Amino acid sequence: MNEIDIKFLEDSFKKYYFNHFDLITSPQRTSEREFGYQKFNSGMFRHISLKDNKELHLLFMQNIPSDVYCSNAYYAFPNSPMSEKDWKEADLIFDIDAKDLNLPCRKNHTISICNECNEISKDTNQCVKCNSTKLEKKSLPCKNCIDASKIEVNKLSNVLINDLGIDKENIHIYFSGNEGFHVYVYDSQFQQIGSKERSELVDYIMFRGAIPETFGMKKFKPNRSLFPDFNQKGWNGRFSKYIFGSKSKRSKIISELLDSGYPSFQKTLDDVSKNIGVKIDPNVTMDIHRIFRLPGSINSKSGLTKILCTNLTKFDPYTDACFLNDDPVEILANCPIEFKLKNKKFGPYTNEKILVPTYAAVYMICKKLATIA
Amino acid sequence: MLVLGQDEKAKYPFLADAGEYLKDKGFSLVQFGSDPVLKLSVEKALHRIKVASAGEVYKSDIDKDGQASKDYVLEREVFSFLLAIVLIKLTGMSTLIKRFALAEARRAETYLEKDLGNASNKSKIDLATRIIYDLFNIKIIKENDFFVIPVSDYLKHSVTFHEREWKLINRHVENGKVFLTPDKTVRLIRKELGNYISSKIINAPKPSMIPGLENIVNELILISKKLTPTYTITTGEYPPCIKHAIDVLEKGENLPHSGRFMLATFLLSKGQTVPQIVPLFKNAPDFNPRVTLYQLNHLAGTSGSATKYSCPSCEKLKTQDLCFITKECDNIINPMQFGKKRT
Repeated sequence: MNEIDIKFLEDSFKKYYFNHFDLITSPQRTSEREFGYQKFNSGMFRHISLKDNKELHLLFMQNIPSDVYCSNAYYAFPNSPMSEKDWKEADLIFDIDAKDLNLPCRKNHTISICNECNEISKDTNQCVKCNSTKLEKKSLPCKNCIDASKIEVNKLSNVLINDLGIDKENIHIYFSGNEGFHVYVYDSQFQQIGSKERSELVDYIMFRGAIPETFGMKKFKPNRSLFPDFNQKGWNGRFSKYIFGSKSKRSKIISELLDSGYPSFQKTLDDVSKNIGVKIDPNVTMDIHRIFRLPGSINSKSGLTKILCTNLTKFDPYTDACFLNDDPVEILANCPIEFKLKNKKFGPYTNEKILVPTYAAVYMICKKLATIA
Repeated sequence: MLVLGQDEKAKYPFLADAGEYLKDKGFSLVQFGSDPVLKLSVEKALHRIKVASAGEVYKSDIDKDGQASKDYVLEREVFSFLLAIVLIKLTGMSTLIKRFALAEARRAETYLEKDLGNASNKSKIDLATRIIYDLFNIKIIKENDFFVIPVSDYLKHSVTFHEREWKLINRHVENGKVFLTPDKTVRLIRKELGNYISSKIINAPKPSMIPGLENIVNELILISKKLTPTYTITTGEYPPCIKHAIDVLEKGENLPHSGRFMLATFLLSKGQTVPQIVPLFKNAPDFNPRVTLYQLNHLAGTSGSATKYSCPSCEKLKTQDLCFITKECDNIINPMQFGKKRT
């Protein structure tokens, strides 16, 4: 990114941070967390410990970071090197990202930027100009992406509350600032479990590794009375609803399943996993040392804010997470896809000099689809 | 502290305090080397170790009809266990400790299972749940026909199992709890039970040789030597997950961070050097030689915290969608084991 663009983004971010300290509050037990941040065009600064809100706000003002992170873990010595931090426990965290949902709409709003010649084109596997395969993909997620992510968040909440016994009040849902949602679980029985155990939880939530016996299908002498029913709790109930559809079809479908046999049932389970399993990013949940984007900070992939969603159904990230100002800015835009921010449509632009509000300029520059004119 | 009756001590002899038990009964270790009556207990102890070293579980006399109520039978059960530990300590062979602890854990498991499943006798259920709580800090609550434990406790113990039936997804989970049958409840703690017993043996003081037991100890040393592990040979071929990762990179496609971590740690553990590995990543869409070098050095433990990272387990790779299992994987649990054959 060039110096002028960086200066513009930093100025815009700084204004936001200065005016919205109310949105950036340090997490509970601040002094036990590790903080980290990035600046534009530079690496990560981490192993930082902060005492309170004041110190956190100072970090923002002094460094004007592009991104700020905070650990889900609690440490005795958060600013020591990793091996000396003395890990105590970690909140359970989840990342649901539209890019992992394999939605058909993706190809309509994904752009490839060639690393070799900077050519911008709609989603391809090869640069249309120089044939290079070194492409950087950028997506401008649409409403469909956000709605599909919300469905996953609701599926996740359901499993967390009903299966894993988490209190609803301890589940906090945030818009990630780009293409999805971050879910935090506080004060649960899982605070102290390690990475391996979390990986098992991931498989449970994603419905992975299920065996036919669990869902009533025995290898030898299968028996129809063992198949699950609609009113059962947990995955048995959810599986029944998905596979049988309605109570009237249950008996017929069980007969079909029995006829097809054990190996086919295993395949059914593996296929079903893609539909009923919750699509979370396994790496995030398994990581007990992660520094995760700080709520209230801006995501430099978009210029949108990571913000708490109190009403997920009504939440619209393109109005509710867009806090930058409307001051007009002249940019040179090469953005082949239309997008909407603060209820206003922008684009498509083909190498055009245009005057747009700051929030839209930041959005395109962050996506590498525009530069300051 | 658990207070145990004689029959409970016979079932769970590892809960008895060895020194105190002998003192209570008015015996010293030396007597076991010479007293012909007590020698019966020594023979029993030897038998107990032999059975364990053959990978089987010793069948107690207390399981035989009409024997469980006889005091001398129960006493001999406890003696033979305590003497077995003494004999193993005298051999100094760690292979024997492992085998014996595992076999004794499995033996205790059958009693715990019976006690838990004994719907008519609340005190037996209480004792079994107390043992599990005191030893392993797992609170088990009986709910109808099931034993219920918190999901987090279940996970802590089940993650070491490789059979798929132990995955949380294959358990009845409700409201933060896992519902288990008595046999599964007990199976869950087998390893810990084994560890508990082996740590008791390891921590027990080594006695000096008891006159009269030299031959038995020598016999056990011979048995133990036959149990030493076999050699392995390696085919040298890469496992499918590693091949896949290399393929992805060669095509210039994006390999996720977790995939790069797997590939780098695998190759480093196979003895490749950082400069040998760097070129593999040059086709990555976001290749930056400086960053790659930094990260590889970090993994190799030559920079940063000096921690040398090891290759993730197959289970972890499955969760990360990096596993491309083939028949040749042959139930390995870590890619590093691929192609190794025991001879």
